[in-house]
Amino acid sequence: MIGTKTLTDNPVDLYLRADRMPHIWCSGCGVGPSVACFVKAIHRTGLDTDKIAIVSGIGCSGRVAGYVKVDSFHTTHGRAIPFATGLALANPELKVVVFSGDGDLAAIGGNHLIHAARRNIDMTVICYNNFNYGMTGGQLGPTTPLEAKSTTSPYGNCDPPFNLPHLVAACGASYVSRWTVIHPRQLEKSMAEALTKPGFTFVEVLGPCPTTYGRMNKLGRGVDELRAYQERCVVSNGVDPRDAEIGLNGPILVGNFVDLSRPTFWDHCVKIFGRAQKK
Amino acid sequence: MMTGKRIGMESSLGIAEAVKLANADVVAAYPITPQTHIVERLAELVANGELDAAYIPVESEHSAMSACLGSAATGARTFTATAGQGLELMHEVLYVASSMRLPIVMAVANRALSSPLNVWGDHSDVMAVRDTGWIQMFAENGQQVFDLTLCAFRIAEDPEVLFPVMVHLDGFHLSHVVEPFYLMEQDVVDKFLPRFRFPLALDPDKPLTAGAFFPPGVYGEARRAQDDALRSVRPVISRTWREFEEISGRSYKPVETYRADDARVLLLTMGSFSETAMLAIDQLRERGQQVGLVRIRLWRPFPFTEFRQAVGNAETLVVLDRAISYGGPTGPVCAEVKAALYSEPKRPRIVSYVGGLGGRDILVSEFVEMIEKGTALAESGVEEELLTIGVRV
Ligand code: SF4
Repeated sequence: MIGTKTLTDNPVDLYLRADRMPHIWCSGCGVGPSVACFVKAIHRTGLDTDKIAIVSGIGCSGRVAGYVKVDSFHTTHGRAIPFATGLALANPELKVVVFSGDGDLAAIGGNHLIHAARRNIDMTVICYNNFNYGMTGGQLGPTTPLEAKSTTSPYGNCDPPFNLPHLVAACGASYVSRWTVIHPRQLEKSMAEALTKPGFTFVEVLGPCPTTYGRMNKLGRGVDELRAYQERCVVSNGVDPRDAEIGLNGPILVGNFVDLSRPTFWDHCVKIFGRAQKK
Repeated sequence: MMTGKRIGMESSLGIAEAVKLANADVVAAYPITPQTHIVERLAELVANGELDAAYIPVESEHSAMSACLGSAATGARTFTATAGQGLELMHEVLYVASSMRLPIVMAVANRALSSPLNVWGDHSDVMAVRDTGWIQMFAENGQQVFDLTLCAFRIAEDPEVLFPVMVHLDGFHLSHVVEPFYLMEQDVVDKFLPRFRFPLALDPDKPLTAGAFFPPGVYGEARRAQDDALRSVRPVISRTWREFEEISGRSYKPVETYRADDARVLLLTMGSFSETAMLAIDQLRERGQQVGLVRIRLWRPFPFTEFRQAVGNAETLVVLDRAISYGGPTGPVCAEVKAALYSEPKRPRIVSYVGGLGGRDILVSEFVEMIEKGTALAESGVEEELLTIGVRV
């Protein structure tokens, strides 16, 4: 026998609290794969895990904070970003990551999202978008496409949704991308870029929620939803995110949309306070 | 007299049925466990055209209550539901609703508060909104949830009242259980709850300003007037419940008792755990002990007279709180009860227990333990600041 190697541990176990498995996510859910890409992205960047902090809000993806083996905090609904802002400003050495869902980040916490982007606070926000409130049973949220069904829009949604990349880009984010969990390589690479870039960086991850959104909209099992993403997604790096609206059907633009440099909130603080202190 | 057919239904859906029969005009809500089934069902009823109302899927509970303010201010019959963290997020707006005398009805599926995160039931959320100026009442089973929700609209909108009303039901222990219900016929409800005419409604033809700036010279008077008004609604609540009894055969009182007439020891509870406590009372009665149960149904405005009457002859009162007042005097309900009895020439010895936190059950045997240990402690004269039941210490 030559050259056989048995792999007993997953190489990313190092970054996960394996003792907390099995996780709570439904089978076919996309949150798990997005976490796999995330920990691989941490591995790829070589960031010191002692200098990473993860903050989550409430919801299915809010549970990520509990499963990744770094300092983490599970905040109240919608308040992951203000908590993370405090962390980032109190300890600028930290790489602060917010990992939460579209409902948490863009509805109840939507105000914080736009202001953190405006201020260009040094943090990476990963938004798992499943187009509804999964944990509470599939109500319509701020990203539910027009006409989509949910438990609070049984005949179709009449609330126009947010196009999240466009929203945060318009507010001043330094880095904005959107991928799905069937783009694991691109997603991992994009998360790594977001993690290493200064300023407010935002990665939207689209993924299935077969239990609520998928069921209400007859999208089949998780794997069928993935197939639909494969068919609908058009890789469009560098496209203006305003053109990346998501409808109930039709193409979904994915890619790295924005990558620019502008001074962070901390840069401004250093400059202005530094000048004041010299006087 | 139980009218109609007896059916089985989840308590949450029973509330939705009451809101439908009440013909609410506006429902604004945000999903939160364990309340969500209520508003999900309402969204469905609205979408089906079975309830002619606007359903506003707002982006947070703060917005839910704010939207309710706007809608109630125009004179629309307005309903929302929430729980735990959601109720806390509404906090500042709750005061505005009561101060502006807006008759909103809200079901609260009582839930513990973070942190640590817990979605199950207790009364921490209720105690945090105790002083917001809302009328607050507790339901113990599904039928009561339905009845009290219907009565809540009638009470809130009574021209002598005009205050918002919270109907409390225990998260999961009550919100998610299937219970027997007698619903009511629409024409009966319509007679009991006629179309609402809000005397202070915003109207472009008769402009008025509400909630304006009050400097120190008038603010105190406004607060005093509000408290006087809230205290004065107690007879209206009792009258409404009596009228409801006439059409339903089911009676409600601000303070209710169970086998309490000759009781030397009384246990005090609020909410759905009262029904488990009754089993403990039965057991102890079978053993020949003179014990009984007192349940506070009307939490705000506090029914001082009825409460003093209910407990005046007991030697010992054991109070169960499902919330902690950190560093405070006993559990919050017990502290109120002590305050209510302090001026009485004859009052029972009082023992405070805290239990049932974050969804923890209290078994019949634990109620028995509370009564027996509580009585012994009261007789010994030892004052414990905080006793817990069913908690590992
Ligand atoms: S409800 Fe949806 S998002 Fe939540 S774990 Fe299940 S599949 Fe995933």
